[in-house]
Amino acid sequence: MRVAAALPGGRHVLNACSDRYRFTVTFAASLVAKKVSLLPSTQTPEVIRQLTEFAPDVFCLTDDSRCQIDLPRVRFPDAAGAQTVPWQPLQIEPESLAAYVFTSGSTGTPLPYKKTWGRLVNCVRFEAERLGLLDGRSHAIVGTVPPQHMYGFESTVLLALQSGNAFSAGRPFYPADVCSELGSVPQPRMLVSTPVHLRTLLAAGVHLPSADLVLSATAPLSQNLAREVEQRFETRLLEIYGSTETGQIASRRTAHTVEWQLFSGVRLFSDTEQTWAEGGHVEQPTPMCDVLEVTARDRFLLHGRLSDLVNIAGKRSSLSYLNHQLNAIPGVVDGAFFVREEDESSSTGVTRVAALVVAPSLDAAAVTEQLRKRIDPVFLPRPLLFVDSLPRNDTGKLPHEALLSFATNAMKRA
Amino acid sequence: MSDKASPLRQPAPPADNAVLQREVADLIVAALNLDVAAADIDPQAPLYGDGLGLDSIDILEIALVVSKQYGIQLRADSEENEQIFRSLRYLADYIAAHRTK
Repeated sequence: MRVAAALPGGRHVLNACSDRYRFTVTFAASLVAKKVSLLPSTQTPEVIRQLTEFAPDVFCLTDDSRCQIDLPRVRFPDAAGAQTVPWQPLQIEPESLAAYVFTSGSTGTPLPYKKTWGRLVNCVRFEAERLGLLDGRSHAIVGTVPPQHMYGFESTVLLALQSGNAFSAGRPFYPADVCSELGSVPQPRMLVSTPVHLRTLLAAGVHLPSADLVLSATAPLSQNLAREVEQRFETRLLEIYGSTETGQIASRRTAHTVEWQLFSGVRLFSDTEQTWAEGGHVEQPTPMCDVLEVTARDRFLLHGRLSDLVNIAGKRSSLSYLNHQLNAIPGVVDGAFFVREEDESSSTGVTRVAALVVAPSLDAAAVTEQLRKRIDPVFLPRPLLFVDSLPRNDTGKLPHEALLSFATNAMKRA
Repeated sequence: MSDKASPLRQPAPPADNAVLQREVADLIVAALNLDVAAADIDPQAPLYGDGLGLDSIDILEIALVVSKQYGIQLRADSEENEQIFRSLRYLADYIAAHRTK
């Protein structure tokens, strides 16, 4: 209430609080004040400029005095000396527009999607049920993902609010911080993370506290890594699948199965073009940007993004599928295929795929030999470049532009 | 054991750090596959954001290399953290003061 009273007149809020608790208070205050939160996937100057075109009255609420976001800025109010406001129950209408989320840059220009309060709540209630958080015990959630990102927003902020559980306010960064934060919260506890952070944690040589549940999303996790996470954290690891448009719709226990299980009520159907999701919290039929193969009424396989499809000499695959195969090779730490933008070296005009791989213990012959066992030879990378890491962003995604410019540089050096 | 370890925990004099700075610069360039020569990294320029232009995943990568090479687990909650990535010089000074190997 106190924060709601401090909000300026504009109807759109960019909530830039890095502290998860302050973010949540700001989000709640915005709801109460009937303002709409804007949740872009990044806060680069270009994205901020696009936001002002989308909502000219947008202002930024921040808890960082060094915040450089180029918008009218409001500081998160200081609690010291503030008058307490009498508690009163809040009633937020399910139809109220709570947020706009934007598709991430890997699919092109950011597009806004409306999220009503009711849809957000329904989505994370299904999630809480699937994760087993409604067992009457009090679970503590530690997140390495920012609350501004859709996955972090759903799986730390909203999940805790709607399942009667608690989250830890920090966003621990270094492996030692993650371990100490996780170790300091009461059990049962859950770590909400990404493949990048999990990989770093395993490699850091720190003592890993036990966790009752580890959640991963943003990019597919290899089965090898999933098994190692389960062993070292003495935990269950669940991967979450969803999209900006639908929110989360499925999960899988990656160490045990490649099949995804839909949240209750959600169904998939396919037409000639693509697969659609409907039902449950999704409400209206929504096209998915991924190639999904329905294997049972509530199960499916994920074969990668539609925009990732590659067709070489009549053979079809997807970059995500190829990436999955590359990352499944023992000894491969990370790897990504990409389509070279202009392949002038080709005399046949056939566009080949190339790949970057992080595999300190392997050589090119060993990786290629393994790949031959897994993929059609037309998809073997030309060239296969060994690098020390991939240019992943801080949510673990590999933006197309960044990957291509990184690959171009790597090829020049090779 | 402690006789051997204690001198290393003292901040090394600046003259020695030039060598360490170069060593750390080599590590960073190798770990991140940067398109700059280690010798060209300005020891005074910020590593994060502007300057060398590293992002948070790079910083995680450096943290891993630093933990393996020097036996230091970086922590965001230590007061020095703000300082550590202010420049190559600060990072090298921090390593010199806290290395365990």
